[in-house]
Amino acid sequence: MKEEIIIAGFGGQGVLSMGKILAYSGLMEGKEVSWMPSYGPEQRGGTANVTVILSDERISSPVLNEYDIAIILNQPSLERFESKVKAGGTLIYDNYGMHHAPTRTDIDIYRIDAMDAAIEMENSKAFNMIVLGGLLKIKPIVSLENVLNGLRKSLPKRHHGLIPMNEQAILKGMELIRKV
Amino acid sequence: MKGNEAIAHAAIRYGADGYFGYPITPQSEIMETLMEEKPWETTGMVVLQAESELAAINMVYGGAGCGKAVMTSSSSPGVSLKQEGVSYLAGTELPALIVNVMRGGPGLGTIQPSQADYFQAVKGGGHGDYKLIALAPASVQEMADFVKLGFDLAFKYRNPAIILADGIIGQMMEKVVLPPFQPRLTEEQIREARPWATLGKRAGHHNNILTSLELDPARMEENNLRFQAKYREIEEHEVRYEEIHCAEADYLLIAFGSMARICQKVQEVAAEQGLKLGLLRPITLWPFPSKAIASLAHKVKGILVVELNAGQMIEDVRLAVNGEVKVEHFGRLGGIVPTPDEVLTAVKKTFL
Repeated sequence: MKEEIIIAGFGGQGVLSMGKILAYSGLMEGKEVSWMPSYGPEQRGGTANVTVILSDERISSPVLNEYDIAIILNQPSLERFESKVKAGGTLIYDNYGMHHAPTRTDIDIYRIDAMDAAIEMENSKAFNMIVLGGLLKIKPIVSLENVLNGLRKSLPKRHHGLIPMNEQAILKGMELIRKV
Repeated sequence: MKGNEAIAHAAIRYGADGYFGYPITPQSEIMETLMEEKPWETTGMVVLQAESELAAINMVYGGAGCGKAVMTSSSSPGVSLKQEGVSYLAGTELPALIVNVMRGGPGLGTIQPSQADYFQAVKGGGHGDYKLIALAPASVQEMADFVKLGFDLAFKYRNPAIILADGIIGQMMEKVVLPPFQPRLTEEQIREARPWATLGKRAGHHNNILTSLELDPARMEENNLRFQAKYREIEEHEVRYEEIHCAEADYLLIAFGSMARICQKVQEVAAEQGLKLGLLRPITLWPFPSKAIASLAHKVKGILVVELNAGQMIEDVRLAVNGEVKVEHFGRLGGIVPTPDEVLTAVKKTFL
């Protein structure tokens, strides 16, 4: 198996850390992983994106032409990456703050109202984990158990108290995601 | 972990005695990781944020003179500041490890990936006739492995070594197996293994003097001839490269570091379209794998050198190929990284 994923949104939405958790979870399952951020000033407010590859084979390039899965969390990212999803691939987006929806008909499109749910949960930090839950519902590329293992591995011990909240957010995302 | 973090962990595990640096994107995680790991409490390794790049490289010069395993890291503008010290290290024949995680230049440039410091790393950079052993990692694993390789070669030849990485390899995360811990050498072991080290005169021993200054030109020429003899020996024994699908290739890509990774994807996509591309990846940029390239030049219809610069390594490739076959260049500049498709389009435009 090989999944080539782009996660793109605003800086501060937890785009990079969502990718990191996904990569760590893949590592827990013994897969080859690569995590390639767009780093730079854009991390502070502009657009941020990260390419995550999970594969059974050795990974060649961390930089890609097109993706199996695109997770799109703002309008500029939709404009930039909708055309880069492989035919037959998957696009997941959050409608919050967007003024037009994806239009392609040759890919599977899912919507997840994660920002609204995070506001409802009064926990904006849960946002990225809600999105991750949505992804795992439609593409169980890593198990929930290994995501939690990945969190234990990537979070400093003092933050391990937050793991149940993250689990709850993932489960919430699994409920919320809808095919468009 | 990130490539930068791998370097920090590998340095502690190598038993390095000291790291001296000044932060700059995209390599600040090296010092940040060292500060988090606090090796001064475990192995006794010194980690020091100097007041400037100049201070850092001269601390390296001092530590190296004492026979210690010392290193510094920076990114392009910071490495330029260090060039005087690098030339002094080479002129005094001192081993040290320098890491350059390159970003777009010239000047302060950008903080995005680049390979535009190739010339600086392999052709000099500082003044005088000297060479650095230049290692180009293409994965996070190699970032970890080349710390030991760099230090070992530096000590073997009493010559500074440089790890020439870029923002992609520094910032990306991959699976990595860290090398085993080895203890730092004791002062007695250093005196034994590195008899040239200036650790204080002892009764019955002569003074060790380390300097790059020699006012008598005849003796300075002798020194230079000794350096040159050493460089020929390194060229003879330490060339490293990787060949991927070169035997059956119609055209050859030559790329190092992150661009070699992107070129592997180019090979995959090209193969699906029935186009056979080989890839030669220099691992040592100096000594350069000229012989390997020369012997492949007879077997392919063309060579494309792919770099994140305006054409630097291509000069060494053309010297190696010596007109046997067409050698062209493709590069993006200033921090822009091409997609595999852009590179493949360049291959087709150039040769088909």
